[in-house]
Amino acid sequence: MNIQFASFNEILAMGGHGLYVWVAVTVSVAVLAALLVVPWQSHTRALNQVRLRLERHAGGSAEEGVD
Amino acid sequence: MPWVPELARTPSFLAYVRRDVLLAYRRLGDTVAPLIFFTMVCTLVPLGLSPDPQRLSEIAPGIMWIMALLATLLSIERIFAFDFEDGSLEQLLIAPQLIALPVLAKIVAHWLVTGLPLTLLSPLLAMTLSLPTSAYPAMLLSLAIGSAYLSAVGAVGASLTVSLGRGGLLLPLLVVPLYMPIMIFGTATVFYAVDGLHWSGPLAAMGAMLCAALALCPLAAAAALRVTSA
Amino acid sequence: MVTEVKKWQWFYRLGSPRWFYEITGRWLPWLLCAASLLLASGLFWGLLVAPPDARQGNSFRIIYLHVPAAILALVGYYIMALAGAVGLIWRIKMSFMVMKSAAPIGAALTFIALFTGAVWGKPSWGTYWVWDARITSMLILLFLYLGVLALQRAFSSAEMAYRASAILALVGTINIPIIYKSVDWWHTLHQPATLKLTSASSIHIDMLQPLIVMICGFYVFYVVALCLFTRAEIIRREATSAWVRALVSNESSR
Repeated sequence: MNIQFASFNEILAMGGHGLYVWVAVTVSVAVLAALLVVPWQSHTRALNQVRLRLERHAGGSAEEGVD
Repeated sequence: MPWVPELARTPSFLAYVRRDVLLAYRRLGDTVAPLIFFTMVCTLVPLGLSPDPQRLSEIAPGIMWIMALLATLLSIERIFAFDFEDGSLEQLLIAPQLIALPVLAKIVAHWLVTGLPLTLLSPLLAMTLSLPTSAYPAMLLSLAIGSAYLSAVGAVGASLTVSLGRGGLLLPLLVVPLYMPIMIFGTATVFYAVDGLHWSGPLAAMGAMLCAALALCPLAAAAALRVTSA
Repeated sequence: MVTEVKKWQWFYRLGSPRWFYEITGRWLPWLLCAASLLLASGLFWGLLVAPPDARQGNSFRIIYLHVPAAILALVGYYIMALAGAVGLIWRIKMSFMVMKSAAPIGAALTFIALFTGAVWGKPSWGTYWVWDARITSMLILLFLYLGVLALQRAFSSAEMAYRASAILALVGTINIPIIYKSVDWWHTLHQPATLKLTSASSIHIDMLQPLIVMICGFYVFYVVALCLFTRAEIIRREATSAWVRALVSNESSR
């Protein structure tokens, strides 16, 4: 279980293939992260919409009560 | 078998086919358009690529097949669209009968007015693209079988998109990936014939695929019609 | 009668969006931990610890993203079609929601597989794109996913979109083996003699271990993403139901 590379620069270089490896890793991780962030955001947005409608309803009935 | 009396109650299969062919004949302009398209785009190839007979003959099978596929795509939308617009599709769905049977009839009719004329037209275009004459039988058979498959699979796509209105690019998006295998075997049949090899192998694969498509696609299209045009 | 009901209870409970939402809410933190742990350790192991390939050097390390993504992309299509079939047969709305959620995940994973494959191709074959059998099949799989996604968004009625895209997914499922076989055969027909894909059979055990970790990580990640997408879909679809309203008002009163 030893790391194959002696220094951080070697890790970045990947024996000359650094560009390919790290581009592949970056893009993949970004897409995977998007697969978590996108549904999370749409979940929050959907909940917020429900909340908004509830508040509007509550506000509407309160006004009716005042009338 | 509870479906037997239902089958007996439906108008005969041939009556459905006759009706659709007749309707296509009445709308001759729409029916002929894909054929003209097929011819015109095949003319583009020598203009855009090279008039050299040697080079043309090398790519002719692929060109013919791609154009046949595109011509079918142009016309497949109409397989249910007219019936949807004038309400006869709804009548069909309400009627207590197997929908798959009239759907199969529509597929056959579509092939009769698109695939078959395309196939009959193909020798003319093959000649202009300098395809070797020895490959003509293979080309005719592969286009005849292949275009029937294109009609059958296209009917599923058309049934899914029938209620979404015309002019969309959605239908090609759904159907083109499903067309890829048959095109591989179709062009391979012609390429084999050009090279003087036995071309019955890929043709048999196409026949098997057509049988499967004719058995399954009407069922899938019928199920889709029930969903989308309800 | 009573036992009959009990026997199928789990099935119907599974079909309840509320139950799904609550149970995944409890599991998700753990699943997310497991996924990130597996992926992080697998990536560390694969990128830094595993020995370099004798022929391809360090560029082979892309395999640790490429292969798991490709596997899950393909498995994901079957999961999507299966969920669609369950929805169509038993008329379970929950199942349709899972099917809808599987489409964007599958498309994204197919994209990862294609992208990493292209980037890997440059150092090992000298070109980003080859019309190799497996690559071409992956591209067609992406088209199939895009078709399902486009159809889902085309309908104004959610119910209609569910059913139509489920049918399309099923038709695609029948076609996938045909596509793979035909493309494979097509490739032998036009074999470009210079290129040879990785001989996967002779992969060394030290390289295989991190790959297995990554594959497991992708599986768990897939489940997490599927749950997240499905939960969002549940809230959108069940926005007017009593339990969602109660959930929201409980949250805001807290």
